[in-house]
Amino acid sequence: MKELSLHLLDIAKNSTAAGATLVRIELTESAQRLLTIRVADNGRGMPPSLLAAVSDPFTTTRTTRKVGLGIPLYRMAAEQTGGSVELESAEGSGTVVTARFHLDHLDCAPLGDLPGTFALIIQGSPQVDFLFSHTTLRGGYTLDTREMREMLGPEVALDAPEVFAWITEYLWEQEAGL
Amino acid sequence: MKSLEELKAIREQMKKQLDVRDQSDNNIRVAVGMATCGIAAGAKPVLTAFLQEVDRRNLRGISVTQTGCIGVCRLEPIVEVYVPGQEKVTYVKVQPEMVPTIVTEHLVNRQVVTKFTIGAAEREEEKA
Repeated sequence: MKELSLHLLDIAKNSTAAGATLVRIELTESAQRLLTIRVADNGRGMPPSLLAAVSDPFTTTRTTRKVGLGIPLYRMAAEQTGGSVELESAEGSGTVVTARFHLDHLDCAPLGDLPGTFALIIQGSPQVDFLFSHTTLRGGYTLDTREMREMLGPEVALDAPEVFAWITEYLWEQEAGL
Repeated sequence: MKSLEELKAIREQMKKQLDVRDQSDNNIRVAVGMATCGIAAGAKPVLTAFLQEVDRRNLRGISVTQTGCIGVCRLEPIVEVYVPGQEKVTYVKVQPEMVPTIVTEHLVNRQVVTKFTIGAAEREEEKA
């Protein structure tokens, strides 16, 4: 994966595959150029045995495709910057994946196209709610699909191409304001 | 500045077209492989191109969806097109530049773009 955004697009699918109805994706850039990406869902969670094994690329539940190379590649991307990936999970209540990246490290992949990525995460699971936030030292923004649904009403699905275009443009403006 | 209020306008605009969209059984479905293999091979700009092209041309009766690993990772990005009543068509090694052609030829004019299909790719491999 050439961009951190692409990892996000990939691992967000673990949350939706786990039956989450709400996924929070929070990017926080703090002093010393440390980026923390937290993905927290209310899906079915993992038993301790699976939790311990998901970072192993040779552990894969191929029939349900819950895991595979996604988490191992994400971990590699974080650790090669001197960062880390931590997984917490409780069966029945959800999973939290927290990754830390040192943005100034030579081996840190660029963040990439965050607006397009968030827009595709929503488009790929229109029945799930997402709460995105990006906070830097200069400011931040959030996007909550529950607020979008209020405006769109029950008739318009979140995967409509018109809605995708709106989300992308809206987030580009928000990113430009950071 | 864009605002959430603009979504209300999209809602109003789409209400008028609902009668057409409701016949979802007749929809053409485009499924882009978006598992780890697909994303790593460049499926994201391909999916974006399909959504933009359908929006730009204001096409109705087409749903663009994301799917998992289709099973031939070496041929990613892979796009499957389902036209009701016809056999599924699988396009392989799809690049964003190919998307307008697939939309015009296949989704609108119903002519399969044979040179981009998995069949054509496999014949190429046999020759090589």
